[in-house]
Amino acid sequence: MTTVGTEAQPLRVAIIGSGPSAFYAADHLLKQSDLVVEVDMFDRLPTPFGLVRGGVAPDHQKIKTVTKAFNLVAKNPRFRFFGYVEYGKDLSHADLVEHYHQILYATGAQSDRHMGIPGEDLTNSFPATAFVAWYNGHPDYRHLQFDLSQERVAVVGVGNVAIDVARILCLSHEELARTDIADHALEALSKSNIKEVYLLGRRGPAQAAFTTPEVKELGELEEADVVAIPSEVALDDVSRADLEAGGDKAAQKKVELLQGYAQRAPEGKKRRLIFRFLVSPTEVLGDSDGRVAGLRLAKNELYASESGSIASRATGETEDLPVGLVFRSVGYRGSPLVDVPFNERWGTFLNQKGRIIDPTSQQPKIGEYTAGWIKRGPSGVIGTNKPDAVETVQCMLEDLATGQVLNPSHAERESIEKLVQERQPNYVTFADWQHLDEIEVANGAATGRPRVKFTRIEDMLAALGKNVTA
Amino acid sequence: MKIKHVLATKSPIIHTITPQAPLSQAVAILSEHNIGTLVVMEDDRIVGIISERDIIRAAAQDPAIFERQVQHVMTANVITGRPSDDLKAVLQTMTNRRFRHLPILDGDILLGIVSIGDVVKAQLGEYEGKLDTLETQIIEEG
Repeated sequence: MTTVGTEAQPLRVAIIGSGPSAFYAADHLLKQSDLVVEVDMFDRLPTPFGLVRGGVAPDHQKIKTVTKAFNLVAKNPRFRFFGYVEYGKDLSHADLVEHYHQILYATGAQSDRHMGIPGEDLTNSFPATAFVAWYNGHPDYRHLQFDLSQERVAVVGVGNVAIDVARILCLSHEELARTDIADHALEALSKSNIKEVYLLGRRGPAQAAFTTPEVKELGELEEADVVAIPSEVALDDVSRADLEAGGDKAAQKKVELLQGYAQRAPEGKKRRLIFRFLVSPTEVLGDSDGRVAGLRLAKNELYASESGSIASRATGETEDLPVGLVFRSVGYRGSPLVDVPFNERWGTFLNQKGRIIDPTSQQPKIGEYTAGWIKRGPSGVIGTNKPDAVETVQCMLEDLATGQVLNPSHAERESIEKLVQERQPNYVTFADWQHLDEIEVANGAATGRPRVKFTRIEDMLAALGKNVTA
Repeated sequence: MKIKHVLATKSPIIHTITPQAPLSQAVAILSEHNIGTLVVMEDDRIVGIISERDIIRAAAQDPAIFERQVQHVMTANVITGRPSDDLKAVLQTMTNRRFRHLPILDGDILLGIVSIGDVVKAQLGEYEGKLDTLETQIIEEG
């Protein structure tokens, strides 16, 4: 038998998904000096990079520069990208088992968590993740319509996604027109009637997940005053003790910034972005037409739990906040894939350090792995996925060393290409994507934007000269 | 980062023992699975935690401990956590109060145990990730 991982028989790895964790894993695999590895990466979209393209805010271009590192990975001759090839539709689990020694699922977290309160599904109540995908031009979300004729909006949550949504709603047309926001969103937002955007945090300013630079940025918006309520950003005893004990300078700075906003006199700008802390929505209130009319908020106080974490509990006091549009941003959640064991509680694949676990035997499934948000849940920044992916790859290498890999009947790289060609003749290679990228950037340069995104799959395929009707 | 992100990548198997079990059984389970602690459960309720350290402490006083029951050696006042706990706060508590295993509960349901090693590793991953992201951006600017 040929040794797997040599020139005679390279280790063949399929990666499902092409976001940061997929690329970090591919990079770490291809870097192994004593091992010959071939990586094929599949994405259901024609475009790679997952949430770097579809999640990171359009006015945060610097964060997207991480794709330069991913482009270097893609240059490796042992790496191939198969875009517009969907797992579960174009390729089955059985197909992958027949062609690869190892399969890595890095499909991320695209859907949203629910608040679990009455009225959540009223008209004009949306997951923030859908709004993000819409303004970033994700083809599956471009058809959505948001009622931007409303004057008052609530964004539930104070994580980075919540802050992004609130900021995008407050940016001026000029500010947005310098970004790569999807054209349909740029146009819709230019007609926005929104005057007040509320950001609602369950706990206090010291516990909010957003980072200091993001809070600072809000104070510099051209067309929006940022407002905080002094009593809500004052440090309570529990938070003060926690900050002092932990010596967390970043959190202290964040609180100081918010306290500064609370002292600031509004300049009478077109919009107001209002921070509210220590409140939990308990109901989305509707009007007689079933549209959002407001949010019922329970006021909270903080306490230190047994484990030292600061938690909130209701004081019994409530408040009704009149708003006509609600975005819930209480976290992304992973979606299941056919034939991959799923952990409903966490919204992740069932895994141990990245090895997929069989739910019946509770033992690892040979040759199957996961990395990134679909492995651990949505947390951290883009770079957090690097140590996460490395941990998974280490498991993959350990298992290869002990011979615990799949035994594919077609372990040649031509064989899967032929199959993909049959199932999805319009598949997109990395060179195809680079061509799309050049077109997008060139279209952007004409109007002083980083790029103008394709948002329809048909348009992407047509630009590549593919037979769209196929 | 939250405790739930640590639990999501841990084995679904939670090793437990009853308070009436002989200590020899606890030692056998710890050794077999190469783990440091067992949660002591009675009627689906957590009543204690027994660690290597509890056993060493008891053995130092009474060399014949292996005949005794778990409940006489375990730590009965167990500090527990929740999935939504902040990683950093938990790390601080475990360090300051010098305990190494934290059972995680949802109401009364035991979801898993995180060790100080798990928490440190996740925290390290978060710091490394931030550093990497910042470096990428700085290189881009320079």
